[in-house]
Amino acid sequence: MQLYKKNSALAGAALAAFLVITGCHHKQAEVPPPPAPPAETAPAPTANITATPSSITPGQTAVLNWSTTDATSVSIDGIGDVPSSGTKNVSPTDTTTYTLTATGDGGSSNATATVTVSQPAPAPNTSGPLTEAEFEQNVKPVFFDYDSYSIRPDAQQAITQDASYLQSHPEAKILIAGYCDDRGSAEYNLALGQNRANSAKTALVQAGVDASRVRTISYGKEKQFCTEQNEACWQQNRRAQFSLDQQQ
Amino acid sequence: MIPFPRFRATKTVVLLSSLLLVAVGAAGAQDWVRTGTNLGAQKIRLAAADFKSAGNQSNLSNDPQTFNYVLYSDLKNAGIFDMVSKSLAPTAIPGSPQEIDLSKWSAPPANAAMVAFGTITIQGGRDIVYGWLFDTKATQSPQVLGMQYNEAAGPDTARHIAHEFADAIIARLGGGINGIAESKIFYVSSRTGKKEIWGMDYDGFNQHRITHLNQIALSPRISPDGTRLAFDELSSRGDNIRIYSMALHRMVRFPIHDGSDFSPAWSPDGNNIAFSSSRSGDPEIWISSVSGFGLRRVTAYRGPDVSPVYNPKTGNQIAWISGRTGLPQLYIMNSDGTGVERMTDGGYATSPSWSPNGQFLAFAWSRHYGPGAPGGQDIYVMGIATHKWVQLTHDIGRTDFPSWSPDGRHIVFQVHRGGQTEIWTMLADGTGQHALTTVGSNQMPNWSWK
Repeated sequence: MQLYKKNSALAGAALAAFLVITGCHHKQAEVPPPPAPPAETAPAPTANITATPSSITPGQTAVLNWSTTDATSVSIDGIGDVPSSGTKNVSPTDTTTYTLTATGDGGSSNATATVTVSQPAPAPNTSGPLTEAEFEQNVKPVFFDYDSYSIRPDAQQAITQDASYLQSHPEAKILIAGYCDDRGSAEYNLALGQNRANSAKTALVQAGVDASRVRTISYGKEKQFCTEQNEACWQQNRRAQFSLDQQQ
Repeated sequence: MIPFPRFRATKTVVLLSSLLLVAVGAAGAQDWVRTGTNLGAQKIRLAAADFKSAGNQSNLSNDPQTFNYVLYSDLKNAGIFDMVSKSLAPTAIPGSPQEIDLSKWSAPPANAAMVAFGTITIQGGRDIVYGWLFDTKATQSPQVLGMQYNEAAGPDTARHIAHEFADAIIARLGGGINGIAESKIFYVSSRTGKKEIWGMDYDGFNQHRITHLNQIALSPRISPDGTRLAFDELSSRGDNIRIYSMALHRMVRFPIHDGSDFSPAWSPDGNNIAFSSSRSGDPEIWISSVSGFGLRRVTAYRGPDVSPVYNPKTGNQIAWISGRTGLPQLYIMNSDGTGVERMTDGGYATSPSWSPNGQFLAFAWSRHYGPGAPGGQDIYVMGIATHKWVQLTHDIGRTDFPSWSPDGRHIVFQVHRGGQTEIWTMLADGTGQHALTTVGSNQMPNWSWK
């Protein structure tokens, strides 16, 4: 294989040399290029960028989602050159503003999105009563596919961690609320949200949490975590959220 | 008349015409009133004259103008008359049978077959109305109706009397089906910042707030006798069905609280409520009497089951939405849970409403659902016996929550367009679409039963 490669490399070099030599020779016989088209004003580029969610704690991830038109060169401060549209996960440790710059023949345009990083609550005081903030810090929501209430692998992972935390705080009562993205019909989404809360409860119970500690409700599509009309935001809304239950 | 779609030649339009004729039958032809000229039922050409105003207080009051405007609007909204526009009517204002010259009304340009006229007297703090309906061609004995109204003059009196007289005319000329001029629409409004239940007249007038819960109130359903309003309240305490007494102006008990309950529906005898409940885990359709007795489950299948509605004519069937196969589909069954029948063949179907004559379901449907799929969510009407459907809204925005009027001739629904959700009304053939609300976010309308 090594011998074959070396031979073909030599052959390739010889071919390249041959083309250069003959290329120079052929240039003299080329047809002159057609006249350049009349000069036009190129359209100005446009730039849009969003960060979802726009607020995180250190260690969490936000998704930058950007798009541009009529740009030949697109870049984001702190990241570098990027394709004309796309998404990227970022995990800044401090509040960061991402500036998208789109440059083209028609000029240049930019847009910004800011990810606010709020410092986490101080370390939990396990000798005192569990606070709502502490609870939500440690018991993460689970997310669902479109029109689905099945627990995905990533959701199962969150459930396992949530269950372990809840087992170490046996006095805490849990409220699971199911949510939907805003595209469906209000009544159907109430039922779908309930199915999601039920799935999360079943998974939590199977992971060892006592069912009598857990209450479920549905908000359907009535409460939204974000409002952008894109998949990143819709995914954020398709969730079962855990909170400390005040009513039990 | 069902509008023939210009951009999509479908077999369903022709079939709907025949399904209406077949489904309704000869005796029932009066139940379904067509509003077009080429489907067999001729619209009566009706003139509503301005009423003569009399009485020593009539100069101080807007009541005569209000009365004339509301009477004309009610008759026009009914969908069964070819109204003579005021500009074509004779200028005379006949206040009594002695004063009317029928030949002026039957002749061009009015060409009226019927004329409504009379006098409104404002005197002594009362509105007194004499109204007649005359057949312009029956010169020997023209009187079809002679009505008298006498009510204390208040802010809504003229409007109320006009509604009553219009309904009398509609019942007399419209095949015995009562008019809807005094019917009400209940709905959800966000204009105070939180979703509360509101009510209004059928024509969008008198919009007023009913609940003051400061939570999230959804899915209002008025009882058949109009005395109680059931709805859904969402809060961190849970999702519960509540009942508001229209007579007592406060909540009354619906003693069923276990799990999450949604989308209540009244049986036509007013004794039972069907609803979606998760008390056994999965959201299923349950039925309970209003006082909480006889609680029983009616569906048993994995997946969301929601939005039940009774057949208002028989009370022994329920239509509802189920996600048992994936995206939500429309089903019907007997109210004991037997005889389950799937009605839609795909897409995303929600929010059924059953027509008063028991023969049609109105619902919201996205027939091709998914990113990039053509078309949106529109209001459809489907014949129960034939499963044939017709699309009533096209390209006006994302529609949902249709609700039939008690005369079976109108459908009220919500439309999302221009970033705003509002309530619209239309005739049941899709014509005459116009907005009833314009301010705040208004949705989930429910038409009263009478």
